[in-house]
Amino acid sequence: MARKLQPINAGSMADIAFLLLIFFLVTTTMDVDTGLMRMLPPMPEKNQKKTNDKIKERNVFVVLINKNNELLVEGNRMDIHQLRQAAKDFIANPDNRDDLPEKEWKDIPFFGHVFVTKNPVISLQNDRGTSYGTYIKVQNELIAAKDELRNELARSKFGMNYDDLDKEKQEAIKKYYPAAISEAEPKNVGGGKQ
Amino acid sequence: MKSKFRPNEEERSIGQINTASLPDIIFMLLFFFMVTTVMREVDLKVNIHVPEATQAKKLEKKSLVSFIYVGKPLPRFQKMFGTEPRIQLNDQFRTVRDIQDFIAQEKDQLNEADRNKLTVSLKVDENTQMGIVSDIKQSLRRANALKISYSSVKTDKIR
Repeated sequence: MARKLQPINAGSMADIAFLLLIFFLVTTTMDVDTGLMRMLPPMPEKNQKKTNDKIKERNVFVVLINKNNELLVEGNRMDIHQLRQAAKDFIANPDNRDDLPEKEWKDIPFFGHVFVTKNPVISLQNDRGTSYGTYIKVQNELIAAKDELRNELARSKFGMNYDDLDKEKQEAIKKYYPAAISEAEPKNVGGGKQ
Repeated sequence: MKSKFRPNEEERSIGQINTASLPDIIFMLLFFFMVTTVMREVDLKVNIHVPEATQAKKLEKKSLVSFIYVGKPLPRFQKMFGTEPRIQLNDQFRTVRDIQDFIAQEKDQLNEADRNKLTVSLKVDENTQMGIVSDIKQSLRRANALKISYSSVKTDKIR
């Protein structure tokens, strides 16, 4: 004789699920990590010869930060709020000035034959006593200068932000504004103790 | 006469709410949290307040990211480790010399194709001095972990 099956009491199912839920709420985090992405230069090989191809002085934008978190940009003291505009002027050199980077005619896809700056380099040097907060602010301004120029160009040419473009168009814009920010070898530029 | 506003007993009782679908709802919530969150990996032993930046980008692929924490030890560790900024790798206080081993370990855990994609996220307190950060950067270069991210909070405008 088959026994009649009693229905299983599922009333506590909700409680069990609640317990699991609370466990996950406590042990996990939801924060997404954001940050400024940078590439470090590879370590020079030991037997590598010192390369002689000196970069002309006008093509380098030197930013120094001393241990009191003061900025020296191309030999002049500068406030951090002016840095972004100065960096933009340096990267684009719109008026073809003599003290800003050299320009050359280049063929770039989508843009044709254009007159652009030739390999401008931004060199950021800091002291061991510089505060990290200031360093990041300066990095941020420099990256912002580059991103703003590229975004302006992308919007006027393609009507979209740089990040939304496809790879080919991004490459073209990168060629138009080829700014490199170099993470210099650590040097003591502001008299902090070693 | 029956009152309009006071229905009799039979009409008033609404009976039990059916809770049979309650577990399903809770399970759905549970799955939502399981999918959208990640396990907390380390207990922070240093005090970190990361700087703000407008150009901060989201870090893709959590599995390819390793973290280096730098900051003042928390008060309960200050007796042993002092108040100067220290480096924390995984769950322990370490020095700059341990970073190369740490990176080698982290790379071992990835499969070969992904090893060059390892990103090191530097979570550094904004009041730290750059000396220790420069040292870390130098040993990362030596360990050939060149992709780094200065962890920062994304804001629209800096003060």
